[in-house]
Amino acid sequence: MNGTLARSLSGRFLLPLFSVLLGLVAGAVAILLVGANPLDAYTALFQGAFTNRNGFTETLVATIPYVFLGLSVLIGFRAGLFNIGGQGQLLLGGIFSAFIGYRVAGLPAVLHVPLALLAGMLGGFLWGAIPGILKARTGAHEVITTIMLNYIAAGLLDFLVNRGPMSDPHRAIPQTPAILHSASLPIIVPGSRLHLGLFLAILAVPVIWFLLERTTIGFRIRVVGLNAEAARASGMSVAGTMVTVMGISGAVAGLAGAVEVLGVSGVLTPSLASGLAFDAIAVALLAGGNPIAILPSALLFGALRSGSSFMQLQTQVSTDLISVVQAAVIVFVAAPMLVRFIFRLRAGRAAPVSITKGGLGQTPPEEGVA
Amino acid sequence: MAWLQSVDLVSLASATLIAATPLVLAALGGVMSERSGVVNIALEGIMLTSAFVGFAIAYVAHNLALGMLASILSGMLIAALHAVLSIEFLVDQIVSGMVINILAVGITGVFYQSLLQQGVKGPGTLPIWKIPVLGSIPVIGPIFFQNGMVTYLMLVLVIVVHLVLFNTVWGLRTRACGEHPLAAETAGVNVKIVRYVNVVASGALGGLGGAYFSIQQVGQFLPNMTGGRGFIALAAMIFGKWTPLGAFGASLLFAGSDALGARLQYLGVRVPIQFLGMLPYVLTIVVVAGAMGRAIAPAAVGRPYRKS
Repeated sequence: MNGTLARSLSGRFLLPLFSVLLGLVAGAVAILLVGANPLDAYTALFQGAFTNRNGFTETLVATIPYVFLGLSVLIGFRAGLFNIGGQGQLLLGGIFSAFIGYRVAGLPAVLHVPLALLAGMLGGFLWGAIPGILKARTGAHEVITTIMLNYIAAGLLDFLVNRGPMSDPHRAIPQTPAILHSASLPIIVPGSRLHLGLFLAILAVPVIWFLLERTTIGFRIRVVGLNAEAARASGMSVAGTMVTVMGISGAVAGLAGAVEVLGVSGVLTPSLASGLAFDAIAVALLAGGNPIAILPSALLFGALRSGSSFMQLQTQVSTDLISVVQAAVIVFVAAPMLVRFIFRLRAGRAAPVSITKGGLGQTPPEEGVA
Repeated sequence: MAWLQSVDLVSLASATLIAATPLVLAALGGVMSERSGVVNIALEGIMLTSAFVGFAIAYVAHNLALGMLASILSGMLIAALHAVLSIEFLVDQIVSGMVINILAVGITGVFYQSLLQQGVKGPGTLPIWKIPVLGSIPVIGPIFFQNGMVTYLMLVLVIVVHLVLFNTVWGLRTRACGEHPLAAETAGVNVKIVRYVNVVASGALGGLGGAYFSIQQVGQFLPNMTGGRGFIALAAMIFGKWTPLGAFGASLLFAGSDALGARLQYLGVRVPIQFLGMLPYVLTIVVVAGAMGRAIAPAAVGRPYRKS
């Protein structure tokens, strides 16, 4: 390999591309190990995701939450914060929006839908702000607090809908009453499940891009992420910025929950969107910190998720295969050194991806952020 | 407190110790790894993978002990991947840990599906060993000396890890690498090797924790059967302030609140079980936020070390 490739590999397109290819290779190895044919499996995956009846609309349905959740993780990265709490924030978004969706009657759709969506954002914002406040006030590491808040949110949801205050009294299974028609996101392709959330997801990308790149808040977020010390020295409130970042990140994840409830399930159950938020870490890392790149990245993982069911049906290869692909993609994106090593490329100056700082406990006082 | 009398305290304590077993093992792994300067949130994935491998080998070899050994070895192997990624290729340690957690779900899911196709039945579970004499002591006997192999090993390892960390040269070096790797290197310690060994050792501990699920308790592999216990173990590690004895105590507290919750529910006590289930997570946040004394990790943990 020559120097030109090495140079462009540290650039924007080749590294993600190589990472996805290597991810698919890793998946193929796993398929071989269980005695199936990778070519058959990937063919079925492709058919399921794109060419089957409703395949492509299902891919788009799966892409929608990934866009929001990927943006949510990416917003945290900008400030040097690893928000693993997307799942909990999504659940709170689902709880808040479902409550407005089934409880508030008599509103026209033009008011009811936005109100329910805003409620979802509020739920996510509050749940995201908690680790932000804890980090800012006490130095508690956001990775630990967000993981814990995921479990607490799951418990809370189960309490609410499993014979709790929000459960449907007329049904034996744990779920809320159905979302009213006036709060449901309309279907945009007749005969499919593709809903208005697609436009919201596409709209969210430039909005977040603008927020991060063109506003004072976005500037503060970046400075805090690059050098908290410098931010403090220049008079910025690092603590305030951390709460804001985590709140916004949570609000976007909450929107994912709201859109899933109002657009897909039409009801809130304890199993809302399970596992999607972890996938979003791969979505965000593959996008490499660029909000616009979230769209193709989310589409890729959306296609993998929607195609994997058909793959399992046709070839008995488990849908969990996409987790193998995801993990491999993250490794290669996060370790440019490793990709160079595999392709025997000359070492460049691209620094390894570094997001988090310090251990899982509190940040010691002298490095604290208060 | 009438309900307290109807709860059999000996059986509650015994259930607590059993349920705490994987928490303690993974938390000990976390202590080893983090004391040397490497964050290990991969313990959840390590336990899940080794639960699977242990089950598969026990099934193929018709030998539970061999399965347990395979669990430990596979835990070490997965942890070695974490070590290579984070120590050699300088991948962010949290990212590397998440990769392994995601990979574990994928790999075990894919293989489970194909085993399921073949209609594999479980190889049974490790027998309960009642230790002669000790096992017959009232109260203490049923709690501590009538257990499965993994639980006995766990009790021994708490003491072993404590002694290694605080009474050996290796422990001193480990702690030095976690607090001030440059100083350790200057004093002639090979930081990389110390970190490698400790991360792989944490994999052995997590691997044994995995064996708890498929080999000691269930006798079968089930998807995602570790159910987030690896993360609770990290919480126990922090709660125990990165010490083996502290982690042991915290694990007992977490497992005990679970065991008590299940019993209260059974007795019809009107406390929503979900709130009792949240207790470990809420306690952890309280602890990480420093409300019970400062919870500060080893100074250099999470930072890759490069010789300059």
